[in-house]
Amino acid sequence: MTMTRRDFTRLGLGAAAVAATGLGLAPRPAEAAGTVEEAIAAFTGGAETTEGGIDLGAPEIAENGNTVPIEVAAEGAAAIMLLASGNPSPGVATFRFGKLAAASAASTRIRLAQTQDIVAVAEMKDGSFRKVSRTVKVTIGGCGG
Amino acid sequence: MIARRDFLQAALAATALTGGGLTRLAAAQGLTEAGLVDMAPLGNVTLIHVTDIHAQLVPVWFREPSINLGVGAAAGKPPHVTGAEFLELYGIAPGSPEAHALTSEGFAALAREYGRMGGLDRVATVISRIRAERPEAILLDGGDTWQGSLTALRTGGQDMVDAMNLLAPEAMTSHWEFTLGIDRVTEIVDDLPFPFLGANIYDAEWDEPAYEPYTMLERGGAKIAVIGQAFPYLPIANPRWMFPGLSFGVREERIAELVAEVRDEGAQAVVLLSHNGFDVDRKLASRVEGIDVILTGHTHDALPAPVMVGRTALIASGSHGKFVSRVDLDVDASGVKGIAHRLIPVFSDVIAPDPEMAALIGMVRAPHADELAEVLGSTESTLYRRGNFNGTWDDLICNALIEQRDAEIALSPGFRWGASLIPGADITREDVFNATAMSYPAAYRTEMTGEMLHTVLEDVADNLFNPDPYYQQGGDMVRVGGMGYRIDIAKPQGSRITGMTLLATGEAIDPARRYSVAGWASVNEDTEGPPIWEVVEAHVRARGTVRIEPNRSVQVAGGG
Repeated sequence: MTMTRRDFTRLGLGAAAVAATGLGLAPRPAEAAGTVEEAIAAFTGGAETTEGGIDLGAPEIAENGNTVPIEVAAEGAAAIMLLASGNPSPGVATFRFGKLAAASAASTRIRLAQTQDIVAVAEMKDGSFRKVSRTVKVTIGGCGG
Repeated sequence: MIARRDFLQAALAATALTGGGLTRLAAAQGLTEAGLVDMAPLGNVTLIHVTDIHAQLVPVWFREPSINLGVGAAAGKPPHVTGAEFLELYGIAPGSPEAHALTSEGFAALAREYGRMGGLDRVATVISRIRAERPEAILLDGGDTWQGSLTALRTGGQDMVDAMNLLAPEAMTSHWEFTLGIDRVTEIVDDLPFPFLGANIYDAEWDEPAYEPYTMLERGGAKIAVIGQAFPYLPIANPRWMFPGLSFGVREERIAELVAEVRDEGAQAVVLLSHNGFDVDRKLASRVEGIDVILTGHTHDALPAPVMVGRTALIASGSHGKFVSRVDLDVDASGVKGIAHRLIPVFSDVIAPDPEMAALIGMVRAPHADELAEVLGSTESTLYRRGNFNGTWDDLICNALIEQRDAEIALSPGFRWGASLIPGADITREDVFNATAMSYPAAYRTEMTGEMLHTVLEDVADNLFNPDPYYQQGGDMVRVGGMGYRIDIAKPQGSRITGMTLLATGEAIDPARRYSVAGWASVNEDTEGPPIWEVVEAHVRARGTVRIEPNRSVQVAGGG
């Protein structure tokens, strides 16, 4: 009933498959650029992006802004770039999925300086691009209940 | 379909008796146990819901809020309807027992007529009466059960665990339970004779489910799945260091997966036993298909009829033992065919105490009897907590903090738990603990700049008034003593709070100046200071008789 461990393992295998292809072992920093717009432009080469089509998992409110769990998945994606739009340096990672990757999915934990939108951009195998964003609130806390 | 008719009949019957301002005895005589509890049965499955009892073993007064604003899609919809508008919406006569139970209208006067409400021995009687008619009824506890009184604090929640075990629920979920600390929770849960459900509680390191997500029950020839959802923002609203290995969150996708899973296992009815808070559940119901009933909690709302979101019925059963909800379902192989509901107000002068539960309550309170009963002073004002921006209990607490801790400004968290007192009542130590008893009570004194104070107010306001319920935490606004402000709840975070003023001088708060600030219930570990109940006790003893002047220090805009 509790599938998460298996999902986790599967993600691990997926990552191993990525490694095996030699296309990208570790997450690479997102395109080194100043702004979110510039990073997206560098990733897409200026191509149009369509909204949606990426599962972006993130808490609505971060329990600890220093380590916020983020999951991205887009079936048929060759690569997914993750950006934290409100961080001093928005680039988080670009995940590239090789031919042997079982799923185009990845998870990581990131530090968020403040409430902001997390942006994921996927490059699909057909050359098209997709984009989604999700707000993660970073709060002082207390006073609830 | 809904048992609205039953409710209205009871309300009308009671109205006929109370129109002339009858004495308390007469008012009570007009009500009967059967009249309060019984309803026309429906179908083959009965749910009984209690939630947010906050360790109230004995009857209390509890004033519902007069201000409970909703934002976004929830604006103006129940439970964000109060007072006369609430009575109008549900067709309840002013002055009737239901009017007293469900609104703050004429609270103090009606409290004298109708007496206190709740008491777990009366709740036990209500449950026994329902079970006598429906032996397979499913009792569910929505959590916030083990915290909120002196005896719960002194016994690490054991008094409530023993009392609830006697009631024998089928499952519970949680929030304040975790403020007993993870070791104590684990100790209790290991021995609990029913599941402690929390589909959204995960091991923070491994991202794996940490508690059972659901229980499957067979009743009346039907399979019923009960999924439990703990308060999503425990590590944010309460001290994370008390349960460091756990992660929570709304986890909407998880709930959707579980609904599909239990349907695959043959569930003909799916119930979510939730501590999300009403607006979070309303959004969840609009986005996750296949939940028949959400038993809501956390936000302490009491609604006399279900709120329907698509095919999902949202039930709001109040708090502090004041109400018990009965939900009858007509379930067959194809699912839920019909629903009937009654919100049962537990008038303690009308519903007889269950002898076995009364004996248990007497036993757990006996070692603390002298401490509980000690009179510290009295009040000329109604003391209550609920309301979005202030309540007289917190005004009293803020006054105590300013005087006893020599501060310019006081902060008291926007908790929704805490019983009320009526004018002329003694203030006993039990009463003070009913408004303060919790496990991180240190009354700190610190310095904050005006800018920091603004940031804190903006942060808390967004937890209450973010238009997306998934970003709300379900508490009320932090209460402020010594400082006034203006709030526009319709504005975005960062621009809601303006006009911050130091009340002592009438001067605008200077963003750069440092102010002495006293408060309590900090979520930070190693917060120093005396427990808040000692601060309040010293203040009440010094005053003898407490009087709370009307609080006009918060000006509200954007609420209508």
